[in-house]
Amino acid sequence: MEIKAKGYLSPLTEEAKTSLWVYLKEWACTTDAKRIGIMYLLFATFMAIWGGILSVIIRLELAQHGPDLIMDASFYNALPGMHATAMIFFFIIPAFTGVANFVVPIQIGAPDMAFPKLNNAAFWILPPAAILTFAGFFMNSLPEFGWTAYPPLSNSVYSPIWGADFWVIGLILVGVSSTLGAVNFLATVFNMRCKGMKLFQLPLFTWAMTVTSFLILAATPVLTSALLMLTFERMFPGVFYFFNPAGGGDPILYQHLFWFYSHPAVYIMILPGFGMVSEVIQVFSRKHIFGYVLMVWSMIAIAVLGFLVWAHHMFATGIALEIRVGFMFLTMLIAVPTGIKIFSWLATMWGGSIKFDTPMLFATAFLGMFTIGGLSGVVVAAVPVDIQLHDTYYVVAHIHYVLVAGSLMTAFAGVYFWFPKFTGRFYNELLGKVHFWLTAIFINVTFFIQHWLGMKGMPRRYYDYDPSFELANLISSVGSVVLFLAQFIFIANMIWSWRNGKVAEDNAWKDGFTLEWQITSPPDHHNFHHEPYWKPLIRQHVGPDQPGGLWHRYDD
Amino acid sequence: MASQNASLAADSMIGEESLGVTNGKLGMWAFLVMDAMTFAGLLAGYARLRWTPGSDWPLPIEAFGFTGIQLTALNTFILICSSVSMVHVLAEQMRGNMERAKKWMLFTIFGGLVFLGIQGFEWTHLIMDMWPYLFDEGYEAAYSVNFAATFFILTGFHGMHVSVGVIYNVIIYLGLRSGKITKDDTSVVEIAGLYWHFVDLVWILVFTFVYLI
Repeated sequence: MEIKAKGYLSPLTEEAKTSLWVYLKEWACTTDAKRIGIMYLLFATFMAIWGGILSVIIRLELAQHGPDLIMDASFYNALPGMHATAMIFFFIIPAFTGVANFVVPIQIGAPDMAFPKLNNAAFWILPPAAILTFAGFFMNSLPEFGWTAYPPLSNSVYSPIWGADFWVIGLILVGVSSTLGAVNFLATVFNMRCKGMKLFQLPLFTWAMTVTSFLILAATPVLTSALLMLTFERMFPGVFYFFNPAGGGDPILYQHLFWFYSHPAVYIMILPGFGMVSEVIQVFSRKHIFGYVLMVWSMIAIAVLGFLVWAHHMFATGIALEIRVGFMFLTMLIAVPTGIKIFSWLATMWGGSIKFDTPMLFATAFLGMFTIGGLSGVVVAAVPVDIQLHDTYYVVAHIHYVLVAGSLMTAFAGVYFWFPKFTGRFYNELLGKVHFWLTAIFINVTFFIQHWLGMKGMPRRYYDYDPSFELANLISSVGSVVLFLAQFIFIANMIWSWRNGKVAEDNAWKDGFTLEWQITSPPDHHNFHHEPYWKPLIRQHVGPDQPGGLWHRYDD
Repeated sequence: MASQNASLAADSMIGEESLGVTNGKLGMWAFLVMDAMTFAGLLAGYARLRWTPGSDWPLPIEAFGFTGIQLTALNTFILICSSVSMVHVLAEQMRGNMERAKKWMLFTIFGGLVFLGIQGFEWTHLIMDMWPYLFDEGYEAAYSVNFAATFFILTGFHGMHVSVGVIYNVIIYLGLRSGKITKDDTSVVEIAGLYWHFVDLVWILVFTFVYLI
């Protein structure tokens, strides 16, 4: 067969033009950040389906009280942890890395990432890591300690299974992959910007990835150190007692180290989304972002504060009250920079000439729904309230409003937004809108009622519950099934449109002003035909007729 | 537009859009931040386990014995010397004196190997003579078992870094010998030096925490 494709998708050698096998090998060994980005996105999609299947199994089991779907409670115990691992480490983080691989080098006017080979290696660490992490499914030895893996539950006495060891090693590998990616992004952004692209001229998505990379760089290795200690404790039970009080260890130590990573991790999972939404809202409101400098500094503030709040996950562990109050205060402080961002987005839309295409629909719905997640975060940040709500479904509702209504919705906004650039074709707008409405509605059907369940005292991660919770659980389960199925509309749309969509122009949305909209759709290998330059934007908010003729900075 | 482009290209604007260092150097610095945080996690764990009431932690000078600390102090000295010789590699390379650069590189590698050898000897001694409870249940630990556990994870993780550094330096040496690294490729040697100095620096911390305090 003959492979016809444009831009970076076109085969590089004569051989690859006729042989699909050679063409695929070319992809696997590629150093082109755009191709690597697409591979990240494909991998993330597969893992999202996998994680989605796990969540649907959880919800089906909980649709009625009493054991029905799964007869084996220990299998159920493994599901929440496996679902969380799949979604956090193998879906959201790689998905954002994928979009960033494609977009960041172009936005800063670079031909590629700083370390293209390292980029390829960082991607190829992921599939083996995924196999190791989920190896328990093939070996019938699933770790049942959730994604947090708190000892003593996760030590060799209570989880004497190979699946748990593989899971820990898989997570260490994911951490290596994402730190290599972060090193690459930082070198790229700090060293490869084109002429005129000063730091405070960077598009906000690139800024978001820069801040995220700092977070990954400083936080992920701490998780690695905790997992290393856990591995040694599991492998050599008589020698290492880091977390086992029987030998003078401290289980709370693990929680400190774990949350020192895993709290910043929620910002690793949302800041790139913030960046995407910033791009989408500017283009579809046809206005520049309101308060650009403040948007950047609030991201940096979120990142810095994000390192100082980890113990709010541990309010129920008995740490000193004074410490808890300090962490409560710092946690609530994060609502300030986040609020600045929300209001800046609203102010950007204010008085804009808004187009509600699918990316913009996702971005606006994100604003409202993420705010619910943010507010419930302030609620659980309060120590006395958290003591009540700890480990209940309220926490499940909170994290899903942040990660599904936040990270997932922004990822959709970003993928729909850049799809014309990825493929050179538009997605189907009608299918996109159907997908949006089903997703937005059924996220709320699935998760909103879980706030109530948690308030009433339904614990999370349990196999069964009190019969009085049945109706609410049924609603949530129905919502989750529809939500899951609706995502196949998205996948079908992407596959169909890749070949058959309406051909997109270079500036697909007409109002794109960053560099990726000045080059061909899809971009050619090495992005630019000659060295681009960036005519600095005056980012003051002076109304729709801003000086400086905004849109063209690169001529072909 | 083309003329404007040309005039912009003519302006040398380095320092505004890049940091003025090679990508490799920037990448190595970023990697070292990451590595430092891994050590920070392990050292935080060490601190927490040691400085907690009733931890039954021995004084290192008593647990290792005076000779143990002396031996490791010598080892520290050797590692610092090999860091110094790494500086000489770069200095000689910049002067274009590749023969001397190669000799200093050999000396650096030798220092790393001696360090690993002495550490291997020390581990063997500690496991066989000092902490027999590790493999024989008939013995009981005289003090907190985490003294040995943190010792192994900290010095072991650092020793792994030294091993990687030695391999890295051997690769650089082979490059120097085959002429693939010429006197103009100073950044390659400089980046390897960054890593080697970092390994040295971390050892000063580990040595202070584990042996001295």
